[in-house]
Amino acid sequence: MMAGSLILQTGTRLLLPLLLLFSVFLLLRGHDEPGGGFIAGLVAAMAFALYMFAFDVYKARAILRIDPRNMLGIGLLLATLSGVPALLQGRAYLTSLWWDVEVPLFGELKLSTPLVFDIGVYLVVIGTVLTIVLALAEAEE
Amino acid sequence: MLYAILSIFLVAAVAPVVHRLTGRASGWVLALLPAALFVYFASFLPAVAGGESVRLAWQWMPGLDVQFSFLIDGLSLMFALLIAGIGVFVVSYAGRYLEAHRDLGRFYVLILSFMGSMLGLVLADNIILMFIFWELTSITSYLLIGFNHEQLKARKAALQGLIVTVGGGLALLAGLVLLGVASGSWELSEILAGEDSLHEHALYLPLVILILLGTFTKSAQFPFHFWLPNAMAAPTPVSAYLHSATMVKAGVYLMARLNPELGGTELWTWTLGLFGAVTMFTGAWMAIQSTEIKKLLAYSTVMALGTLTMLIGIGTPYAAMAGATFLLAHSLYKGALFMLAGSIDHGTGEKEVPNMGGLRHAMPLTAAFSVIAALSLAGLPPLFGFVGKELMLEAALGAPDALAVVLPLLALASAILVVAVAAIVGLRPFFGARREYKRTPHESPGAMLAGPAVLSVLGLVLGLFPALAQPLVAATAMSIHGADTGMELKLWHGINLPLGMSLLSLAAGLVIYRFWDSVRAGIGRIMVPVGRIAPERGYERFMDGLVWFSAFQTRVLQNGYLRTYVMVTMLTTVALVVGTFAVLGGFEVSVRFDDILIHEWVIVALVALAAMFVATTNSRLAAVASLGIVGFGMALIYVFFSAPDLGITQVLVETLTVILLVLVLFRLPGFLKFSNPLTRVRDVIASLAVGVTMTAVLMATLGVQYFPAISEYHIAESEPSAYGRNIVNVILVDFRALDTLGELFVLALAAVGVYAMIKFRAEDRKS
Repeated sequence: MMAGSLILQTGTRLLLPLLLLFSVFLLLRGHDEPGGGFIAGLVAAMAFALYMFAFDVYKARAILRIDPRNMLGIGLLLATLSGVPALLQGRAYLTSLWWDVEVPLFGELKLSTPLVFDIGVYLVVIGTVLTIVLALAEAEE
Repeated sequence: MLYAILSIFLVAAVAPVVHRLTGRASGWVLALLPAALFVYFASFLPAVAGGESVRLAWQWMPGLDVQFSFLIDGLSLMFALLIAGIGVFVVSYAGRYLEAHRDLGRFYVLILSFMGSMLGLVLADNIILMFIFWELTSITSYLLIGFNHEQLKARKAALQGLIVTVGGGLALLAGLVLLGVASGSWELSEILAGEDSLHEHALYLPLVILILLGTFTKSAQFPFHFWLPNAMAAPTPVSAYLHSATMVKAGVYLMARLNPELGGTELWTWTLGLFGAVTMFTGAWMAIQSTEIKKLLAYSTVMALGTLTMLIGIGTPYAAMAGATFLLAHSLYKGALFMLAGSIDHGTGEKEVPNMGGLRHAMPLTAAFSVIAALSLAGLPPLFGFVGKELMLEAALGAPDALAVVLPLLALASAILVVAVAAIVGLRPFFGARREYKRTPHESPGAMLAGPAVLSVLGLVLGLFPALAQPLVAATAMSIHGADTGMELKLWHGINLPLGMSLLSLAAGLVIYRFWDSVRAGIGRIMVPVGRIAPERGYERFMDGLVWFSAFQTRVLQNGYLRTYVMVTMLTTVALVVGTFAVLGGFEVSVRFDDILIHEWVIVALVALAAMFVATTNSRLAAVASLGIVGFGMALIYVFFSAPDLGITQVLVETLTVILLVLVLFRLPGFLKFSNPLTRVRDVIASLAVGVTMTAVLMATLGVQYFPAISEYHIAESEPSAYGRNIVNVILVDFRALDTLGELFVLALAAVGVYAMIKFRAEDRKS
């Protein structure tokens, strides 16, 4: 693939962290406002795809650090495990559990198994999209 | 009890580690487990011999009437003791027999898993639990027959065994469900204790046929007998264990188990009696033609299985006693003979009996035990096999109606042939002139002789003192018959008709042995035309047909063109939906058009126009762009109807589509017109059919409401119980998280699939 334009590359360098931050924002607020793991995953995956178009596949893989195929596995594992705590309490698999944690300076933090589950969804979506997109782009060369 | 069976699977899981740690002694170390189980089961003997039965139960799936319940009475105890007892010797034997095999660790895993499954099968009280173990034995058997998986022959035999037994297993499952429905209980103990007989029940005929299909395939009854000799491709310890002493008797076990409830009708007596007797004769007849020692033994096992089925069918107290005795005697001598055959193979490298001879000096112990076991097989006094054979002949003579003529004749013919088989297996390799062998003949190590020694000598001891076997055999017969038979085992029955038949079979059998080579050649000539219609041919035809049909439907339905796939899927859906509408009646349309706002009309028109443009344009880029219009139009509709999550997702997916298209656009072939006008007309009709059907279905579903919508519950409960205000997300990650989890796996699999396709194609190009 040809090297992209300077403008695109500079813009992407700035956009990538912003988009990733935005995706985490979407992920975390998803339980109450529009968002959630699926949408957030798509945004994050698209951010990396943009990076890939601006530079090349190898740079994209390098900045990703982790192979998207492994991301699939980790995501599935997280989602599967998030149902286990309920089992240990003798309740049905995947029953949601909530804990309120007081964090100094920040205030109350709500942790829950659905959040872990949603992070799993997030990782699987990123993994799926990037596995396919990167493989297609590599096949191109 | 539950722990006893679970312990086997646990030990099976760590067996390779044990093997690595203990090396050559691994066989003995692992044999400690079945030995301990044998002692444990033996502790039930006093209670069972007193006519009691013990029932132990743990909850598993209470809502489905499936529980871990176990029943110990004479029949299940007899089997459990045989499985654990012979298991001790098989495991220790395998430790030396497969010493040099690189997969010995894996072998232990399989054989121990099998042992656990088989014990579960015979001890289970719940019929669903029993069926689960039943299938587990089929699967472990498949893996064990195909243990030497580099050999095509072993793989084929394994698959054949699996298809025949699991095919029968399907019928059995249906039969067991009918049994549960008809009797109103899923526990064997309750079914057997039930007051009402099932004989008059409307489901009696189908349930008997289905259950018998299962037991006949498993226990290699005619015409399903062919898989058993082929299963001899397995290592010898497997043949000794699965394919003579235990697994193949599972079908016999189930028939014996259900005999008090289902037996006693003409259907039962005639089916079991005739099929059993025919199997018995077929086994003996085929055995005499075989030359490979394991094939000889395998066919004589078929003969024994037929005998047991026949005895269960006859159903008299005498037959029940004969069945129990024959079962024990056969397991003892056949287990021993198989291990000894393996011993000869191990010591000489020879499998063909005609090439054997004069081994008594090189392998004195093997020879001695072989002779004892073979005498029991032939049914000569004072061995336990004699006790079993006398009872069997007596029972055949006591069969009801016309069977009293047919069965003794077939039994006599089989007895003659079996005497010859016993002589071929027990005498031929050891006496006569010494032959040349691939290896210098040498005696087997102690681990390989311990089993045959104990089993064959036990056959002798029980023959001399039948009273020792009396408690267990009588309790078994009681389970088979459903009531105490009140009979005692004796070696000497006095001078009577069965004794005369025994003498006749001995004399005639020895004559056949003397002229075995010419008899075999003669039978071989007769059997040529029969071979063309043999049941195994039926199996091969069936398999060929299956492959042909798969190829045919793949060619038509899955021909590699995406357009065909889409067309088939869509038209099938339409046909089913329209068919349902036509059968169940029409639908009401209650959609009003007056409250649709003007901007909504505009979007709908835009989407429709764009879709039409996609279908007719000649430019790929234009088609992609128009598809984008369709997608974004949909997103807008979602937003108007306050579904922001769906709207966002739709927009993102549209973007993703563009990315993917950019990546593949240059790789696509030139934009040609593939279709001629006729196919275009066909495509238009097909798409119209799909579109109209889907619209009709949507309108129909809007008009009716069979159940209260669950969305009310979701809206009400989203915040109080799931702490979330975004209902879409709450449904995804909480209310219906299991669905989402399933979809995640689908997504991941799709990614892996696409990845594999792209990578393999890229590699193909390179090379």
